Amino acid sequence: MRVVVDLTRCQGYGQCVFLAPDVFTMRDEALLYDLQPADERREHVLRAAAACPVQAIHLDRTAGPPREADGEVMKDGRIVIVGASLAGARAAEVLRREGFAGSLTMIGDERGEPYDRPPLSKQVLTGQVPPEHTLLPRLREIDAEWLCGTPATGLDVAGKRVRLADGREVGFDRVLLATGTRARRWPDEAQAALEGVHTLRDARDAAGLRRALAAGPRRVLILGAGFTGSEIASVCRELDLPVTVVERGPAPLYSAMGGVIGDVAAGLQREHGVDLRCDTTVTELLSDGAGRLTGARLSDGGTVEADVAVVALGSVRNVEWLRDSGLAVSAWGVTCDAGCRAVDLNGLVTDDVFVAGDIARFPHPLYEYQFMTLEHWGNAVSQAEIAAHNMVSDQAHRWPHLSVPVFWSSQFGVNIKSVGVPTFADQVVFTQGSPEERRFVAVYGYKGRITAAVTFDQAMWLEFYQHRIEQAAPFPPDYRHVGMGAADGGPVPARVPERLVPSAGATVVVTGHDPAERRVSLVHPR
Amino acid sequence: MSVLKRILDPAGRADPYRFFGELRASPVALQEDGTYLVSTYREIVALLHDPRISSDRRNLKGDAARLADPEPSFIGLDPPEHDRLRGLAMRHFGPPHSPETVERLRPKMLSLATSLIDALDGRTRADIVDEVAYPLPVAVICALLGVPEEDEPHFHALADEVVETLGPGEEDRAERERARRAASLELSRYLGGLVEARGREPRGDLLSGLVTYRGPEGGMTAEEVVSTAVLLLIAGHETTINLIANGMLTFLRRPELLDRLRADPHLIIPAVEELLRYEPPVQFVSSRVALDDITIAGTTIPAGSPVVLAMAAGSRDPGHVASPDEFVLDRPRNEHLGFGGGVHYCFGAPLARLEAQVVLGELVRRLRGPRLVADPPPYRPSAVLRGPRHLVVDYDGVAPA
Repeated sequence: MRVVVDLTRCQGYGQCVFLAPDVFTMRDEALLYDLQPADERREHVLRAAAACPVQAIHLDRTAGPPREADGEVMKDGRIVIVGASLAGARAAEVLRREGFAGSLTMIGDERGEPYDRPPLSKQVLTGQVPPEHTLLPRLREIDAEWLCGTPATGLDVAGKRVRLADGREVGFDRVLLATGTRARRWPDEAQAALEGVHTLRDARDAAGLRRALAAGPRRVLILGAGFTGSEIASVCRELDLPVTVVERGPAPLYSAMGGVIGDVAAGLQREHGVDLRCDTTVTELLSDGAGRLTGARLSDGGTVEADVAVVALGSVRNVEWLRDSGLAVSAWGVTCDAGCRAVDLNGLVTDDVFVAGDIARFPHPLYEYQFMTLEHWGNAVSQAEIAAHNMVSDQAHRWPHLSVPVFWSSQFGVNIKSVGVPTFADQVVFTQGSPEERRFVAVYGYKGRITAAVTFDQAMWLEFYQHRIEQAAPFPPDYRHVGMGAADGGPVPARVPERLVPSAGATVVVTGHDPAERRVSLVHPR
Repeated sequence: MSVLKRILDPAGRADPYRFFGELRASPVALQEDGTYLVSTYREIVALLHDPRISSDRRNLKGDAARLADPEPSFIGLDPPEHDRLRGLAMRHFGPPHSPETVERLRPKMLSLATSLIDALDGRTRADIVDEVAYPLPVAVICALLGVPEEDEPHFHALADEVVETLGPGEEDRAERERARRAASLELSRYLGGLVEARGREPRGDLLSGLVTYRGPEGGMTAEEVVSTAVLLLIAGHETTINLIANGMLTFLRRPELLDRLRADPHLIIPAVEELLRYEPPVQFVSSRVALDDITIAGTTIPAGSPVVLAMAAGSRDPGHVASPDEFVLDRPRNEHLGFGGGVHYCFGAPLARLEAQVVLGELVRRLRGPRLVADPPPYRPSAVLRGPRHLVVDYDGVAPA
């Protein structure tokens, strides 16, 4: 059987661990689990799923009944979903839930069924779960045609066709773009190709890295202390492997949560024996001359010896195939409206092209309508639902994607969760618990209102802060509450990174004089 | 009479649910005694997770604070003290340190259920409360804690007394607090003796664990061990009894449920969740306090006010769940307030769930042609921990184990 836990919703009640201790395990509040438990565990898993206080455990065929539509629903026709991972799979399920009975085609570059990625940097790397045991449950039958292992190479918006790598063309009435991201590779190709150099994004990467870690390397070098890099470092320490983490910023998790929480994360890493080098970059990966990695040269002039290196420098959006589509596509994603409809180069909203997941760049009203792209599990799920609903609904019944971003990470035994946009902040204050105990709530504010909250092993309080964000409640919090005490130090500067300005991938050029002929075109750099 | 008074009136105990619609019409309602009663699902969930809500009655404004227990157990404390004590107790009961404790008790639950039901054989009438629903959880909590079962007559009466003093409303609070204090002092004395004995000669039980554990985060003082033990002993056998009895009552009122459960025994898993929603053993959470002014559903609860959460009304809120007054055996995605929520979520929830699944499953499977003798049955007086005092059932026979 297949299990997936919506850890966006999980509050750490641990009921699943009590009732199916062979399947679910917990360290403090960090939940890890077997996604494909053996059939003899079925009754235990059913008990665990039924008992979850927030109903975050999903099994095969546990979706609710079809939704009663408020308006006219597109029942027939052809829908194509490009990208057969979490967002694509969930969108397909929602299309059927909404009553779409027409033809549905799923196009994906990986072979096999959609699987869950968050475990790849956690329980898969520790060896608790084999990489091929991460398939997502089928919440409902989607009755789709699967074209997997064949990447899409182009989109003809006017002709309503998707072009595939093998030359085939697939026509559609509506299309959903959900091609996600891939790991950013080490820029020097020869160095990137050295034996011992890894990236981590898909199940094959995870299998390879697992083998490398299980072989007991003398030292693992991790480039980048974002979530993926930090989680891999955590696994290395759990496996008792020496690990060096090199981070360009002043602290781990800096680019997502700023320097205040970053300092707490740095303490956590060092406590667990990580050799953490901040404000440092790797300038060169070194080899033994026979194609094997031996270490790296650092920007401070030093070197690190290592036989495994993981390049965890973020991700690249899989949007190159859309380059000539006429849509507003850049390294930042595919621009869309809050209803997930893609925007074309001219800034006009299209009717039949929708975007969801890691590549969707959408305006969020809570954050001054800034366009944002969220590479979170929870965003893929909620945005896929909005996109799928809107794909089959009429204009009057479309939904805006307004959910407040939530994401989580488990590392060094701590369950880290975040709600809102922590980098959208000028100040931060610890409101509950204590950073020294690695158990706290930190609240972020921007110009006097709450914009985000981060918890370390305090997930039960997150929902409260989500409501405060939604209500634009004042910052800093000025009320009496439980759990004050150790952390009651008042707000401090959030030390978040400067907001990045999109670098020039292509230049926008406007041509024509008459309003009827004025159009945008892109000039790509050579 | 106010809606709440009608609900609390013992005459209405058999069906408080008929009043809940009226109650929910004002999601947050000020009562005559200054209590704010909250009855809708969303608002209850929000307050369960609201750090401005305290569980420590010493935070009440005015004289009421003086009536509060000066040394509450963790159910009456807030973080970080609550988290410290609950964590120390959880070490010996559940994850992350003892994830298998409850699952390991399952064979014992089954063998207890088997022998209790075996004893019903050879006759055609039994009281499910006295003969099954009460003895099973008591035996389990005694074994878990390490309390000798033969002392049960002694602590049973005391535990009943404590439970009867729990309840919403501040009018007769002083009197009830006195009665509760007296009974729990007596229980503390009894458990204090056991705790001392376990300190001298530890065994493999939870009491021994609480007494002896000293970790980096410290341990419990003797007083903390005793107050925790009193809490767990009472909570461990005054609540599950109602879950089991309410369950049997609900099934017997709808024989088609019995047929479905016999045909598919796995259905007992969702059935127990639906029972927790539909006939929850704990109907109210009556000990919360607003630490600051809290505006919710258009009403401002002033700082220092007592807050009562009508969990049973919230779990039947039509704004949260479809056909709330229908018992749906396999209700999908059943999110209910049966065990509360937030940091005070029922400590023993997994124990209660498993006990109810095991014993109700066995009763359904083994009792032939069971039927109610009296409907409604007589109820225990408490409106908070609500359940039948007796549940007399006629049956044709008992199938072998």
